[in-house]
Amino acid sequence: MTAFTPALAMSDAFGVRAWLRVWPLLLILIATLLALPILVIVGFLFVPAGEVWAHLVDTVLVDYVNHSLLLMLGVTLGTLIGGVGTAWLTSMCRFPGRSFFEWALLLPMAMPAYIIAYTYTGLLDFAGPIQTGLRELTGWGWGDYWFPQVRSLPGAAVMLSLVLYPYVYLLSRAAFLSQSLCVLDVSRTLGNGPWRTFFTVALPLARPAIVAGLSLALMETLADYGTVEYFGVSTFTTGIFRTWFGLGNPAAAAQLSAMLLGFVFLLILLERHSRGAARYHDTSQRQQSIRRLPLRGWQTVAAVGFCLAPLTLGFLLPAGQLTVWSITVADQRLDAEFALLALNSLALAAGAAVLALGLALVLGYGRRLLPTRPVRMAVRTAGMGYAIPGTVIAVGVMIPFAWLDNSLDSWMRASFGLSTGLLLSGSLAALVFAYLVRFLAVSLQTVESGLSKIRPSMDEAGRSLGLKPREVLREIHMPMLKGSLLTALLLVFVDVLKELPATLILRPFNFNTLAVRAYELASDERLADSAPAALTIVAAGLIPVIILSRSITRSRTSL
Amino acid sequence: MIPICARRLLCSARVPLAALCVALAAAPSLAAAEAVNLYSARQEALIKPLLDRFTEETGIEVNLVTGKADALLQRLRSEGRNSPADLLLTVDAGNLHRAKAAGLTQAFTSEVVAEAVPETYRDPNGHWVGLSLRARPILYVEGKVDPAELSTYETLADERWKGRICIRSSSNVYNQSLVASLIAANGTEAAQDWAESIVANMARPPRGGDRDQIKAAAAGQCDIAIANTYYLAGMLTSDDPGEREPAEKMAVFWPNQPGAGDGRGTHVNVSGAAVTAAASNTEAAVKLIEFLLSAESQAWYAEANGEYPVRAGVEISPVLTALGEFKADELDLIELGELNGAALMLMDRAGWR
Repeated sequence: MTAFTPALAMSDAFGVRAWLRVWPLLLILIATLLALPILVIVGFLFVPAGEVWAHLVDTVLVDYVNHSLLLMLGVTLGTLIGGVGTAWLTSMCRFPGRSFFEWALLLPMAMPAYIIAYTYTGLLDFAGPIQTGLRELTGWGWGDYWFPQVRSLPGAAVMLSLVLYPYVYLLSRAAFLSQSLCVLDVSRTLGNGPWRTFFTVALPLARPAIVAGLSLALMETLADYGTVEYFGVSTFTTGIFRTWFGLGNPAAAAQLSAMLLGFVFLLILLERHSRGAARYHDTSQRQQSIRRLPLRGWQTVAAVGFCLAPLTLGFLLPAGQLTVWSITVADQRLDAEFALLALNSLALAAGAAVLALGLALVLGYGRRLLPTRPVRMAVRTAGMGYAIPGTVIAVGVMIPFAWLDNSLDSWMRASFGLSTGLLLSGSLAALVFAYLVRFLAVSLQTVESGLSKIRPSMDEAGRSLGLKPREVLREIHMPMLKGSLLTALLLVFVDVLKELPATLILRPFNFNTLAVRAYELASDERLADSAPAALTIVAAGLIPVIILSRSITRSRTSL
Repeated sequence: MIPICARRLLCSARVPLAALCVALAAAPSLAAAEAVNLYSARQEALIKPLLDRFTEETGIEVNLVTGKADALLQRLRSEGRNSPADLLLTVDAGNLHRAKAAGLTQAFTSEVVAEAVPETYRDPNGHWVGLSLRARPILYVEGKVDPAELSTYETLADERWKGRICIRSSSNVYNQSLVASLIAANGTEAAQDWAESIVANMARPPRGGDRDQIKAAAAGQCDIAIANTYYLAGMLTSDDPGEREPAEKMAVFWPNQPGAGDGRGTHVNVSGAAVTAAASNTEAAVKLIEFLLSAESQAWYAEANGEYPVRAGVEISPVLTALGEFKADELDLIELGELNGAALMLMDRAGWR
């Protein structure tokens, strides 16, 4: 019964019952389209993989599973501590530099994981400047001293945590800021200390947002190829590549991909299950301007240190190194072609981000208004692509598109003697479609987490106070969703800007992006030459980060 | 051209985004007078200057997509007979062989090619041709290793190299080809034993690329690195002392030379080109291949990439000359392709990460 309340309330609210009949079909159509590449991959499951699968089980599969799980565990710890901790400090406490950290903590998000991995390896490896300096200083040789190994599983977890914690930070900070202070005050007046309030009230209330951020980070972790490949950590992604291309067995590779999808399903189920029947909505609407807890003495030092650490390690240090490298090669690398690369990257990222937001709104509202099983399933599958490595998605896009093109071509030739050639394959449309498949989860999660804060009773209240359906949307939903929409836009923008494998394989002739350029040079171990492109990705990613951060702060203080 | 019109249509109808249209318009038109469409697994920086020179000389435009070999093959396969690609450029004979086996290439005849390239580096049916040679010798730290201790790849399995070898992951195609050549030479069982001994002799679990192995050896982590020579050459000619100095500590040992073991020669592979089965401009594609095999291009290509020219009589760069001459393994490159999967499974079993 209760599950249908929002649907009824909203159908009243918008007064567009006709829409509600078309909507489920539209939703399922969109979701099917977006799930197509994944279905193609899953379709390979029915192709027998032969002895290769047995070989994998005998030799490397245990490693793939263990390493992927350990990596996820490491990233969970890293992003939760880094992301939630800094979000709480910057939104609830007062200490010097707080307003700077508020936006600066997002900066590592602009840093592609493979770039930070290359950079730290260059700095910290046995042959790098730090260890070499240490040996020259002390006269030690190989084996005489212990030094943490960057290129290892823990190293990969640290690298990924450093660039992924902003997802958790961003979403949990938005949640903390939108929490009613009254709830926190009540907790305090009932005798709970600040720590207890944090753990028993604020954290559970922010939980949907935190989990949304964490699952984004974990899906990115599962899909990462560049970092784990370079670090020699065998995970599912490296395994898929080896099996597909090295062993030449797409069927076995698809079966590995399907197992990877199993991991994602497990993640989603765990989250749903642990949340149980509980729904988290703020019950008080009274918002007051935040009175941040002033910190003193050692607390200040600890807070500044806690915020400074991820910022320095995730951004300042690697960006500094990239800048130094860029300066050494600037004269040969910065030309008119470079400007075109930047334009291509920005246009593509902006286009994909807007489209992804539009689709996320359609799907998100669909699920809210019509939480029937088929619709929920459709929305879930639409977001699956995020955890799948870009190359696998690209192949999944390529096969049906080329099939469609070739079938149309054959038909046209047979019927009209006309050849249409390849219409979609090798076009930007195919590339943008791949981005949507891969990154829709990002905007969808963010939009859904935003929608979950708008209690159904608000719609009813709005209507009973005489608002027209459209006014409910404009006066209640828009203001409350604005932050989430911006977040969704920004996250996809930055993700597409950094995206590499799908871009590499699906792009049209003579079309390059910054990520392609940076990767080509970096993978050839020409780090210095790749630095200007990498640095530009970072810089371009900064602009929306700053806009977004400012707008979140403003929307909070204006309430 | 139909694709262009169609793309415009798509742009306005399906993706109504000014931004994308701008990006599309900014991409050079494919409808230029005469053009050859190239899928290249060689990076743009390593090939673009030659392509520009080709356009200058012949007036034929070259449209380029770069990417990983496997992904490009998949793209060719999916696109089928309508694929716009005329020419495929890739590294490793295994990939060329795979393209041919999948029916993605076609035979072409060219006297220029037949004259310039020895038969060992060409497909017997004329489907592909090598453009450059890449050798994978043993590199050792001068002063720490007596070259008299070294002789063949096979002897690296000896106990005395325990904890002294740096080599990259088995995911890398160069190692897959090297092990494939050992299977071809000694049989699967012997190659399996060899791989297990190499794993036991590694100074550290495999990490990073070939340059990393060289740097680790120079820094003292191991005494021997197995790496392709062009990485060493690239480091030696780098402006960055962090690259140059480690490379200067290393010397090249050419294994399996006459008199050592079976004397079959040092493992080599090629980068090469193939005309695609779907090519609509075969003539221009062959013209481009011929251009890439001209003495001048070969010299530039070899110099820029630090690889060896396939064409006999082309002068090699001073850096490569300094590494010395060697006899290359004359194993049929097709076999490397055929044994690639077996090599990878063998390394999996040996625990070679």
